[in-house]
Amino acid sequence: MSVLKITGENFENEVLNSSKPVIVDFYADWCGPCKMMSPVIDKIAEELGEEVKVGKINSDENMELAEKYGIMSIPTIMIFKNGNLDKTFVGVTDKTSIIEAIK
Amino acid sequence: MYDVVIVGAGPAGISAGLYAKRSGLNVLVLYHGQSNLEKASKIDNYYGFTNGIDGETLYKTGIAQAKNLGIDVIEEEVTGITKLDTHFVIEANNEYSANAVILSTGNKKLRPEINGIAEFEGKGISYCAICDGFFYRGKNVTVIGNSKFALNEAKVLKNIASKVTILTNGETLQETSEFEVIKEKIRAIHGNGTVDSVEFSDGSVISTSGIFIALGEAGSADFAKRLGIILNGDNIAVDKNMQTNIPGVFACGDATGGLLQVSKAVYEGTLAGLSAINYIKNK
Repeated sequence: MSVLKITGENFENEVLNSSKPVIVDFYADWCGPCKMMSPVIDKIAEELGEEVKVGKINSDENMELAEKYGIMSIPTIMIFKNGNLDKTFVGVTDKTSIIEAIK
Repeated sequence: MYDVVIVGAGPAGISAGLYAKRSGLNVLVLYHGQSNLEKASKIDNYYGFTNGIDGETLYKTGIAQAKNLGIDVIEEEVTGITKLDTHFVIEANNEYSANAVILSTGNKKLRPEINGIAEFEGKGISYCAICDGFFYRGKNVTVIGNSKFALNEAKVLKNIASKVTILTNGETLQETSEFEVIKEKIRAIHGNGTVDSVEFSDGSVISTSGIFIALGEAGSADFAKRLGIILNGDNIAVDKNMQTNIPGVFACGDATGGLLQVSKAVYEGTLAGLSAINYIKNK
């Protein structure tokens, strides 16, 4: 499944109302570690296919979402299940840990 | 442009350099501060020395051997490594470019041993001012460190935060600074969900919204963290060829954890050197 661009506008619909688990990656364009995280997220989306929804949130353009979820360090990866925040990873995280957390 | 830049001049870094140089690559070794090997008074368990050898001699001989082979070995503190599309830029007193980077920075701790650091990671504790600074717009922040690396982080934050204070945690600041500096040792970091204050060993307390850990090479892996390298605890995570999660970045020696032995450092340095050669040839 392709990676979605999540914003303040579609967050509720795509993340909170999703019937599938959702992985979201809070990032910013100038953040070096975020650039390392991004291909890992793409790979997870590719590997898990239709099982999950995967999205990226530009935290600079969506400050209100970053504040709402208390993001103070990026990249931060959050996993939502049934509209609830289930797990948070701060910093670059390996693919296996994220995939294990989603199952 | 170098083929390989190696950070750290202990047995792992120098061994990596020897293999890379002997295969015809251009190699630069950057080092700063004291190596653990240099501090070892006597090594009796390393192959080939009838009466053992003192750490400082072994360390200095390694550097001399590398220089003798034509490797550039320069004492400069690395303050940042950036990955560009085609190569890496290594910031030190000067700026260097390389196709591959080998981290052999020793086993110094990534996290200073201060109560509260692990608890508040991502909740006010950060390792990257460029990444996370904008979450602290208009707030009071602190930087823990005492080297040029810490000052660089403070300068990034100066334009965003309302006030930046450097905490040297009992050390002396190595450079002059425009910032307020507190030298007192840190006892603990406090907060309620997120960081709100730092307590010092003399009982004094200052309020702060964010604490940026910037130990530089003294903390071995925090520029690794800023580059986006995956860590395993305080150690750099590598595969069986000493490659990190970033293609072209390798790590070896005490920095990867495990046995803190010269023999292990030499082996891993060898492997990292060979892997870097392979990476560059196939690039």
